[in-house]
Amino acid sequence: MSDTHAHSVAFVRTTMLPEQPPPASEAGVVKWVRENLFKGWFNSILTILSIYFIYVIVSGAWPWFANGIWNTSSLAECRDMLDGMTGACFSVLTERWNQLLFGFTYPTEAYWRPTLAFFLLIVAIAPVLYPKAPRQLLVFTAIYPFLAFWLIWGGTLLTPLMVMVGLIAGYFAFKQFERQSFAMGMLAGLVATVVVIWAGGIIPASMPDVMALHAIPSRDLGGFMLNMILGTVCVSLSLPLGIMLALGRQSSMPIIKWICVIFIEFIRGVPLITLLFVANVVLAYFFPPGSNIDLVLRVIIMITMFSAAYIAEVIRGGLAALPRGQYEAADSLGLDYAQSMRLIILPQALKISIPGIVNVAVGLFKDTTLVSVISMFDLVGMIRGPILASTEWNGVYWELWGFAVFVFFIVCFSISKYSQWLERQLATDHR
Amino acid sequence: MSTISDPPSGSFQLSMLINDTRYRSYTFQFIALILLILAFAYLGYNLLANLQSAGLNISYKFLGEPAGYDINQTLIDYTSQSTHWRAAVVGVLNTLLVAFLGCIMATVIGVAVGVLRLSDNWLVRQLMSIYVEIFRNVPVLIWILIIMAVFIAVLPQPRDFRGEDATASMVFGAFAFTGRGFYAPAPVFGPGSGVVVAGFLASIVGIFAFRNYAKKALYDRGQLIPTLWPSVVIFFVPAILAFFIMGRPITLDLPSLQGFNFQGGIFMRNSLIALWFALSIYTAAFIAENVRAGILAVSKGQTEAAASLGLRPGRIMNLVVLPQALRVIIPPLISQYLNLTKNSSLAIAVGYMDLTGTLGGITLNQTGRAIEAIFLLMLFYLAISLAISAIMNVYNNAVKLKER
Repeated sequence: MSDTHAHSVAFVRTTMLPEQPPPASEAGVVKWVRENLFKGWFNSILTILSIYFIYVIVSGAWPWFANGIWNTSSLAECRDMLDGMTGACFSVLTERWNQLLFGFTYPTEAYWRPTLAFFLLIVAIAPVLYPKAPRQLLVFTAIYPFLAFWLIWGGTLLTPLMVMVGLIAGYFAFKQFERQSFAMGMLAGLVATVVVIWAGGIIPASMPDVMALHAIPSRDLGGFMLNMILGTVCVSLSLPLGIMLALGRQSSMPIIKWICVIFIEFIRGVPLITLLFVANVVLAYFFPPGSNIDLVLRVIIMITMFSAAYIAEVIRGGLAALPRGQYEAADSLGLDYAQSMRLIILPQALKISIPGIVNVAVGLFKDTTLVSVISMFDLVGMIRGPILASTEWNGVYWELWGFAVFVFFIVCFSISKYSQWLERQLATDHR
Repeated sequence: MSTISDPPSGSFQLSMLINDTRYRSYTFQFIALILLILAFAYLGYNLLANLQSAGLNISYKFLGEPAGYDINQTLIDYTSQSTHWRAAVVGVLNTLLVAFLGCIMATVIGVAVGVLRLSDNWLVRQLMSIYVEIFRNVPVLIWILIIMAVFIAVLPQPRDFRGEDATASMVFGAFAFTGRGFYAPAPVFGPGSGVVVAGFLASIVGIFAFRNYAKKALYDRGQLIPTLWPSVVIFFVPAILAFFIMGRPITLDLPSLQGFNFQGGIFMRNSLIALWFALSIYTAAFIAENVRAGILAVSKGQTEAAASLGLRPGRIMNLVVLPQALRVIIPPLISQYLNLTKNSSLAIAVGYMDLTGTLGGITLNQTGRAIEAIFLLMLFYLAISLAISAIMNVYNNAVKLKER
């Protein structure tokens, strides 16, 4: 090689040239900008349009936000202070803060109760959401619903306590009879619960003042608290109902299957608002004459049925996605239906369905705003009704709606981020 | 060799209803049926007792009585003397109108956003994901009310268009965007306009025929005939020719300011537009995610295989990626349409008179026939969603992977 070069080329470099830095246009920020923002004329136009769009939004919103006034008591006063400048009247939020959170009829001196219930909710929900949280907290999770009921609605502590005792009795009865068969266990548990609650109902009725908080009727609930209550209660109630409906729909017994199919398809076929109309004006006709079931309970029943139908479909997807071999393996181990479902099928199917269930939960939480249409004063109802209609704050749109958007966005976005995190945690396949 | 044991013989015993799997399912179903019948009987008994004590009955005669209320946006003739049934039909048409408009707009925005979320452009990608996250995570009711508030608070009122020092003006002298709604020119079909319309329809048929011909030529003889420009020509030329030959039979009725309001033209109320926009941008955020997922679901190998065959990027998209992506996109897309239709019942929050506003709103309140009105309301939505599910099933069967 060197010989041929020696004849044809006068000089051959024997040392390596030092490495040169890449050209300025191919390195660092410039390269990133060229590749990600200005790659081709179409992308450049898009980038310029986007920057202009961001500029318009920011230049419009920033002075409005920065000049915001937080401490006036009416719109007129706020406009006076702004004195013609662009600026937001956030004082509507500070002045009506309690109304936005609790509604306008919830007694002021009882605000600590739902607030406490909310913070306890975080404690109670932690072991469910985070597998690493201490397992002992699950006991508190089991107690929480009764505690929250007592805190929010008031009355004597004996009422929720009695229900809790009934459920515990039911659980022990179930354990006792479970060895015979799962169905027998369920039946025994149900009977024990009903008997204890029915018989024990005398105790709170005869002692209404033991450990009693001032009772608050549910029509006084309102504001964002109402959205939270409806959201959490309906999601937690609809999950077991949804699982049962999904199993029923998969069942080989035609009558049970068709009951579930008709229920699910009917609920999914109508808008939630018609179901809320049913809760508002029709459902009372189907209760025993003379009974007076309050509106919040009726709404909870309808929303729970609504979301149960959707959750059932999601879980059915999870059941269908399981390989057939799992069912057969469970059968070949000699497990009966209840055992194979509880031990083999459902844990896997539910894991597959988590993203779908969270989607339904987020959708349901958003749909709780629909109760404002049947004149309940949730966050949206409060804004549309008492606040925008008041003489002090008539015409404050952006601040109020911005607040509503902000609150719902924070909650729903964190739920969906949580579900993505959980999905990664639960991923046991190595893809 | 396996021994086959005889099935347990002997006479039927009562305990077999519980313990024998052959009979147990019958027992359970029987119990379920009995419980169901009991539940219905109980509810029915309560219903009858409650109705009797309230002095009511179930009757649909109210549908034939005059409604006595006005509807501010109608597609068919309607006066306050028309029957409740007519009012309900007006409501049905209004529901279908806003659902139809919403589906079209949501698809357009959703597909654009979904494609842009996969763009090379970092800034656009971020903006689009912010859009999707904000709109997906806030209730549609709030969006409807916000857009309605924009109409009330931001857009000019018709009186602002009046006088010398008008603060607002019409766009192109033909469109007026006011807080009350949008005014647009309305076409007036004069004599001879039938020919123009027929010409236009014929040209649409012509485009399809031409494209079929071009495809056939390509497949049979390998001859590549350009389709884009001829299609444009076929689309415009015959209709425009017919328009001028017939002596301009179609004229425009421009909205004009008379007194305190605009007259003439097509009027779309603010409530219709608020509902339409809000439903569209809300549903579009979901559709964008479906589109993105659909395109991502087509494996990269498909694109690379097509590229190695020498196809150009446009053809790769049209011939390889999209047909496979559509199989994934269409089913959730249709269920988004269904959601949009159901969400259109929120019209009642802004006073748009859809079926929920007429039959489920004013008619219900005036006649007090809650059970009947809500039953009909549910029946309508149920019929629509069952119809759409049926269409979806047909489609799914059509595009199902044909395994041989």
